[in-house]
Amino acid sequence: MQNALRKIDGCVLSSILESALRIRCNDELIRESARSGRLNIIYYSPRGQEIIPSAISELLTDDDYICTIYRGIHDQIAKGVPPKLIWAEYAGRLTGSCKGKGGPMHITYPEKGVMVTTGIVGSSLPIANGLALASQLRGDGRVTVAYFGDGASNIGAFHESLNMASVWKLPVIFVCQNNRYAEHSRFDEFTAGESVARRGDAYGMHAVAVDGNDAEATWHTARAAIDRARSGDGPTLIEANTFRFEGHLLGDDSAYIPRQEMEAAKAADPVPRLRADVIGRGILTEAQVVELERKIRREAEEAREFALTSDWPSLDELSCDVLANSSEVVQ
Amino acid sequence: MSGGSETSGMPAEITVGEALNLALHDALAADPNVFLLGEDIGDEQGGGILGVTRGLSTTFGKARVRATPISEQAIIGAGIGAALAGFRPVAEIMLMNFVTVAMDMLVNHAAKLRFMSGGQTGVPLVVRTMTGSGFGNGGQHSDYLEAWFAHVPGMKVVSYSNPADAYGLLLASIRDDDPTLFIENLGSYALKGPAPQRGVPTPLGKAAIVRPGDDVTIISYSTMVLRALAAADSLARQNISCEVIDLRTIAPYDLPTLVASVGRTRRAVIVHEAVRKFGVGAEIAADLAGRFHGELKAPIVRLGGNYSAVPFSKPLESAYAPGPKQIEEAVLAMIAEHSDGL
Repeated sequence: MQNALRKIDGCVLSSILESALRIRCNDELIRESARSGRLNIIYYSPRGQEIIPSAISELLTDDDYICTIYRGIHDQIAKGVPPKLIWAEYAGRLTGSCKGKGGPMHITYPEKGVMVTTGIVGSSLPIANGLALASQLRGDGRVTVAYFGDGASNIGAFHESLNMASVWKLPVIFVCQNNRYAEHSRFDEFTAGESVARRGDAYGMHAVAVDGNDAEATWHTARAAIDRARSGDGPTLIEANTFRFEGHLLGDDSAYIPRQEMEAAKAADPVPRLRADVIGRGILTEAQVVELERKIRREAEEAREFALTSDWPSLDELSCDVLANSSEVVQ
Repeated sequence: MSGGSETSGMPAEITVGEALNLALHDALAADPNVFLLGEDIGDEQGGGILGVTRGLSTTFGKARVRATPISEQAIIGAGIGAALAGFRPVAEIMLMNFVTVAMDMLVNHAAKLRFMSGGQTGVPLVVRTMTGSGFGNGGQHSDYLEAWFAHVPGMKVVSYSNPADAYGLLLASIRDDDPTLFIENLGSYALKGPAPQRGVPTPLGKAAIVRPGDDVTIISYSTMVLRALAAADSLARQNISCEVIDLRTIAPYDLPTLVASVGRTRRAVIVHEAVRKFGVGAEIAADLAGRFHGELKAPIVRLGGNYSAVPFSKPLESAYAPGPKQIEEAVLAMIAEHSDGL
């Protein structure tokens, strides 16, 4: 890849690393808390996919929008949602980003552009188109990123959305985080064609596959797509290839993944690789990274403490936010 | 009409088609955040298959009156996303049966995002759609599916029975902050009636007493209101006085108006074109029965579409939905069998 040959700024790379470390740390603490029963949730870990949104968000502003999915904590943290609001939402508390009413699969935080987190495979794309259409109509220069998995590329909404975005030249970027498994189903057994990226060709769309575990390559690819969107040249489909370390959901033993495949993926864990790279290039020292990791761990533990000691929502919340005017809610 | 500048040039009577076109025109003119999207709605495509949006893309431009591919999920999704960003999109799903392919967008997203986000986001989206039996369109172009949406918390469901309401309710739906399903009747577009006052919305959630009466309350909406009125005319000649109520907003419906009426008449007939089983009528009947247990002169009657797909063959299709005759018979039967007279 030509772009990837150009080195990116050290500050950018260390910022991507910080985001990836924050995601990994919170993810680990959530899994630990769920396993120990402190947090009672169904959890879809993004472990292994940290680099993708970390690299992309580095290029986005708070005004840019994202729509993500139930496996989305990495996308949300990378976009700037404070972990303590995510933790409190996971714990179902009033202090959560959505007052505890959305839960792990439905994080919304417009302040940082996180507009929709959907539990329905493939649904992030049509809504992202609408956000992008709003930006196009206003001419406000915002871009919208729709995150989804490889499984979503087989639902109708994917195809409808790519076609519409291309016809209307919407400032939207479709980012398929291809982690090779749609729930328990292998990508190559259930997805026709060579790749998700090739499907973009059929819609006359700029489409590119990238190693989503490579921070620089992903950053360069995202930058080209974001420039294209901001300058009015329309959408891009990015297939960011990666791997999912923790199964579909917490408790899934990944028996359907060949052991060799899993071991190879874990051996190539992108987070320590980026960590080593940042230190190796002299961008940060080992001691600075260790200090950063300590800070992030403290933050995550405080977030958990904040969540677990926060108040539950009052029962009035049951009829609040159903309609714009609560008094219209008829029981 | 009082003849102010807004109403000048307006005929005393207009059709439903003109009323809807006028409402969309006025909404587009009044608020730059309103835009329309749907299949074939631009003037290049003919201004909608029945001409409801005719002239609007020429006046307001193709960016705001936006013809779309045949992609119902993408249409509703685009409406939802734009609504989240502060627009007031009006999406047209050409026929109500086609909402089936966009149910995820409507049920899981449009209706729920306000609640699931803890009130941080809302979806002020209007989905216009049309339907109705009687036109030989068969089983996949004629259904009333309003009960599906009335059943989802967070959606409003609106219908009209005359041109003035068509105008006022559509304007109100566009100004409303909740996602609204606006149901148009296929057979209504040529229906004439008194013109509305320009720029004045008809409040959502308020039913209209379209004919006052004392003996029986007939509760209806959409095209069935006209059949209820025809039945009431015939019953009046038999000295039976029917109060006919047009719900106008199906969800949330105006229970106080129904309670006030049935409290006086102590007889209620509910009529809709949707299949009777599990329909809106069941909900209303249960609400009224709960309030008036032991006080009613007769059990509440529900009339609705037959338990079948809408048939093609003319005699079968004509028998599918309740007509004035069935409504009249139902009223006569409840008076004859279940009371000690009027």
